[in-house]
Formats: sequence, structure tokens, C-alpha cells
Amino acid sequence: MSNIGSYDERVKNFSWTIAEKELGYKPGDVINIGWYCTDRICEQGKGSKVALHWEGFTGAEKTYTYNDIRLASNTIGAFLRGLGLKDGERVCLFMDKIPELYLGFLGILKIGAIAQPLFSAFGDESLFVRLSNAEASAVITQKKHAPKVRKILEKLPHIRHIIIVDHDGVAPLKDREVAFSLERSAPVEHFDIHPTKAESASVLHYTSGTTGMPKGVQHVHYSLISQYLTAKWALDIREDDIYWCTADPGWVTGTSYGIIAPFAIGVTQCVLDAGFSAEAWYKWIEKRRVTMWYSAPTAIRSLMKAGDEIVKKYDLFSLRHLASVGEPLNSEAVVWSQKVFGMPFYDTYWQTETGSIVIGNYPGMEVRPGSMGKPFPGITGTVLDPVKSEPYATHGKIGLVALKFDWPSRMRTYWNNEEAFQKKFRNGWYITGDRSKIDKDGYFWFAGRDDDIINTAGHLVSPFEVESALLEHPAVAESAVVSKPDPINLEVVKAFVALKPGFIAGKDLDLEIMNFIRKKLSPLAMPQEIEFVPSLPKTRSGKIMRRILHAKEWGEEIGDTSTLEND
Amino acid sequence: MSDELKDIVLNYVTKEYLEDDSEPLTYDTPLISGGIVDSFSMVSLKRFLENKCAISIPDDEATPEAFDSVHKIVSLVQRFVAKKG
Repeated sequence: MSNIGSYDERVKNFSWTIAEKELGYKPGDVINIGWYCTDRICEQGKGSKVALHWEGFTGAEKTYTYNDIRLASNTIGAFLRGLGLKDGERVCLFMDKIPELYLGFLGILKIGAIAQPLFSAFGDESLFVRLSNAEASAVITQKKHAPKVRKILEKLPHIRHIIIVDHDGVAPLKDREVAFSLERSAPVEHFDIHPTKAESASVLHYTSGTTGMPKGVQHVHYSLISQYLTAKWALDIREDDIYWCTADPGWVTGTSYGIIAPFAIGVTQCVLDAGFSAEAWYKWIEKRRVTMWYSAPTAIRSLMKAGDEIVKKYDLFSLRHLASVGEPLNSEAVVWSQKVFGMPFYDTYWQTETGSIVIGNYPGMEVRPGSMGKPFPGITGTVLDPVKSEPYATHGKIGLVALKFDWPSRMRTYWNNEEAFQKKFRNGWYITGDRSKIDKDGYFWFAGRDDDIINTAGHLVSPFEVESALLEHPAVAESAVVSKPDPINLEVVKAFVALKPGFIAGKDLDLEIMNFIRKKLSPLAMPQEIEFVPSLPKTRSGKIMRRILHAKEWGEEIGDTSTLEND
Repeated sequence: MSDELKDIVLNYVTKEYLEDDSEPLTYDTPLISGGIVDSFSMVSLKRFLENKCAISIPDDEATPEAFDSVHKIVSLVQRFVAKKG
């Protein structure tokens, strides 16, 4: 019997107090995610239970019990406090998926500071934009990533400390740098955890929008209530599971369901810090006897591409439940996983701003391949008529995915950008930015984005950010960035570039520009294709008509061109 | 050609994908499974190889396994150089 049991019964009898009671929380209590993820589990007598099995790409392995992660997060918290870092300050984590990333996240929360995880592949410009917007006080990083921070440090006066977790003790530390070794630090047994409350800020995740720079989505400690219950009911995580979430904690999935929810439940989870390889992934599942696996459609399609024969080489019978996140899971992938694993991937839908799963396919419910599923109990979801901003009276019409903004893990604002936050609402509904229809049985069916945002491998890339970066290349006069369909990644970035006089289009320049963006922003933002054009389609007022370029890439009708500037 | 190509690829990957303080690469350092070159960055590496050797590598041959070390990359490239004749 699954944790959720009957979806319909849960919907009828739902209250978030279900999660509050399980966690022993009452409104008004102190609630600190770091405590719930470590100390509380130990107080339940489970201190010797394995919390984390970690393996790096060299084959190095580390195992931590719940008491180990309690001590480690205390130790890191004490170190941060010793540096003078206080509650409310933003502390960035800029690391690969090493144990210090997971434990540092909890340590930051224990001092009441705000954790700001950033994807370790970000280039210096992407890093700068996010650190400066957050006015981060400290960055916890590795020596391999420190050069990127050093490159922009002069422009970041708010940063007081760069904490290097794997310093070799030999190379001189540079400006504002300090070395910290978890292994060589004396463990801190008793730590005065900051008494955060429900609305105390906890995590800041940056997300890209169509226009402007990335925005800091601010979450609070009360988000734990949603993350805990959705992990139990949607992902069906049970205390005796071996859980593997493949997401990097630089993204919200990796924190909500890679740290907060699993540790708060008290499950054993495993983390593999290695690049993608079908063989390595299946070997990991076999080795660790993974029972619950939460991954992404791009990874699943990559596994499909690797073929069915590889699957047969490994004993994957430990798998009990599979779920996916980040982008729509195509029906072929659902059918394939039923064939090779004996069970489908259950698609889940949510975003950085929602903090936890809001629509999904749940155990016991019929999975309709290609469907997003139904709203999580307690979530009121609908599809709005884009013109009237009201829910459609009948099913089957495509409109804007909208939610009543009242669940515990909803974001509280965009950091220093309340104006952008208020624009997310229409007629009292929170607008996700996606389009969908609802069928007669209440299943949601994804129908694309309502804006120009590119969703590549489950990560949002802003065309504006890429275009701005392209303009910094000496050869680029103007550019337009759109999504291009891709069989594995769903969409990839394509750039149309008009060159300045004196520059000649060619393969070498193409590669130079690709690498320029990859290093400045990130590999995700790197155009996978560049098309050099003499000019870009524009309106008479000079605005680039991206939708014409988008329509051509997707084989769609171009639509009204009456405002197009004539050459 | 093979030794020269190995060095060209090694130097390119070092210059384009490694941070200053990283451990030096060898011809057998795992590039993809070692997290040095991710699947998105592979596209630019493939483009470099195609430009440099005037070949075209089909997408279904440009797998993480085929790109996982300098040695493996050179083996792949040499197959397509040979086909070109």
C-alpha cells in the first residue's frame, strides 16, 4: 500500500496539518530545517542509521549516519558563526555534488543564514549576476572553482569570506579566502541552532525569466511541510527506502528533494558525483540497491538512447518506484520504462517558485503517458483563459496553468524584486508560465511555455541573458536566441547572429562564440547551433521578432507579419 | 598523426574546460564520467574535432562513452578520418 493510499480520499480530507503533526510541529513553534533534517532524526533514536552514501567520480566513497550529518552540520555552522556570519545573511554554496555541499547547506540553515546554492558549472558572469543580486556575504567553494570567484571578487564588496573546503594547505590563500576542512575539524556536539520561525528566510534559488536578469526565489523554513509530505505521497518515499535523487543541489530539485525532504523523512539516500553514463548509473542502482529513483526526462531519454541491452547487464530489481521532474515526460519514455524496469516513471510538475511538487502522477493512480497528472492534495490548480484570466468552464481548452497561492512551500518573493513577484498573479491566481489543458478526468496535459524561456534538459535559460552575453563578443552586432527542438534535451539554445563589419562567418567563429558563452554563462546557455544572418527580423519600431525565428525552428505557422519591418 | 592529435586534443580540453588550479589531464583522464566535460559542453568539443580534422561525426556516435578520454576521442576521430580516405 502506498503512502498516499487513495488520491481521491486524500483530496477530500486534506489538511497540511497532517504533515505538521507527523513532524511534531505546531504553528508558532521554532522550525529550523537543519534541525529537522538531523537532530530530530537522532532524537528519534536513529542516529546510527545511514543518511548518506556518497561516491565521487574517482570511486572515492563516504558514508554518513544521521549522527554524522548532525555533527558535520553543527561543525560547519560553528565555523560560519566563528567567521561572524549571522542569521539572514546569504551564504552561497558553489561546489560539485560533494558531501560538503549537502552538509554545508544544513549548516547554513542551522545558523539561520540563507543558503544560496549555485550550479558549479556557472561561468563567472552567471556567478556574478547571482552573487551581486543576493549581496551574498560568503561563498563556500572548492579550489577548482575558486578562480571563477576570484575573477569577479573586486565587483562584490559584500563578500567577506571565500571558504575553500579542499585547500591543500600549500598554495597561498588569496584575498578574503579561508580554508576549512570538515575532516580535520573537531566535531561540534552541542550547537545552539538559530531559532528560526515559519516565515524565516531559508533558501534563495535563482531562476531565469524571459526578460531581465535571473531572479532570486526566496523560500522559508515552513517550506519543509510541503516538501516532506509531497516526498512521502508523490515520491512514495518510505523510511526503509534507498533513495537516489539525481538532481544537483544547485537547482531546486536537488535541495527540496535532494536534501530537505529525504533527510526530514529519515531515509537513506545515495549521491553519485559523476558525469552521466548509462553504465555508471545502472551500476550505481545495482550497487546501492536503490528502491526509489527521482530523475529527469533528459536523463531518461539518454538512457533510452543507450539501449535496452545495457539494462539487462545489471540487477535492478531493487527498484520499487520511479519519478521524474524538470520538463514534460514524453509518453515514449513512460512506455519504455514500463518495458525495461517493469514500472513507469511517474511525472511530477513543479518549479523553483513552488518549492515542491504541485501537480503529479501518484502511486495507485492511473498513469496517462505524457500527462503531468493531477494537482497534489491541498493544491487548487486550473487552466485560465489567457484573455479573461478566469478558469475555463469546460475541459479540453489550452490556457495558462494557474494555482491558488496557498501551500507552505510557495515562494515568498523574488529577492529585492517585489514588482516582478506581483506580476506572477492574475485575478488572484499564481501563473506558472506554462500552458496546459485539462482533460475530462482532471489530468493536466502540457502545451508549452507561455513565454520565450527555453527549457533545456529541465533547466530554464533566458534568451535575454544569452543575447546580452552575445553582445559582449567583439564580433556580434546583434542576436536573437530561441529554442530549437532536440530529441534528448527537449529544447536546446539556438542563436541567430548578425556580425559587425570586418568579421567573417565561419566554423572557427562559430566555435569561438559557443565557447565564449559556455564560459561566461554556462554549458546549458551555450548555443548548440549558431546561424549567421545578415539581419534579424524586426518590427518597424525595431523590436526583434523572436517568434518568427522560433516558429521556423519548430515548423509552426509564422503568424501575423504585418508589423514586420520591410527590408 | 595519432600522437600529434592526442596532444592537440589534450591541450584543447585543458585550455577550454579546465580551471587554473586543476590537476593536469592525461590521455586517460575520464573527461565525461569525471565531470570535466558535461554533455552540453561535448557539443563544442565535437565541433572542435570536426573543424580541426575536417570530418563530420554523426550524433549517434558522439556518445559520452566515446568522448570519455583523449585516447577514446582520438580513436573515434581516426575512424572518421580513415573513412574520408
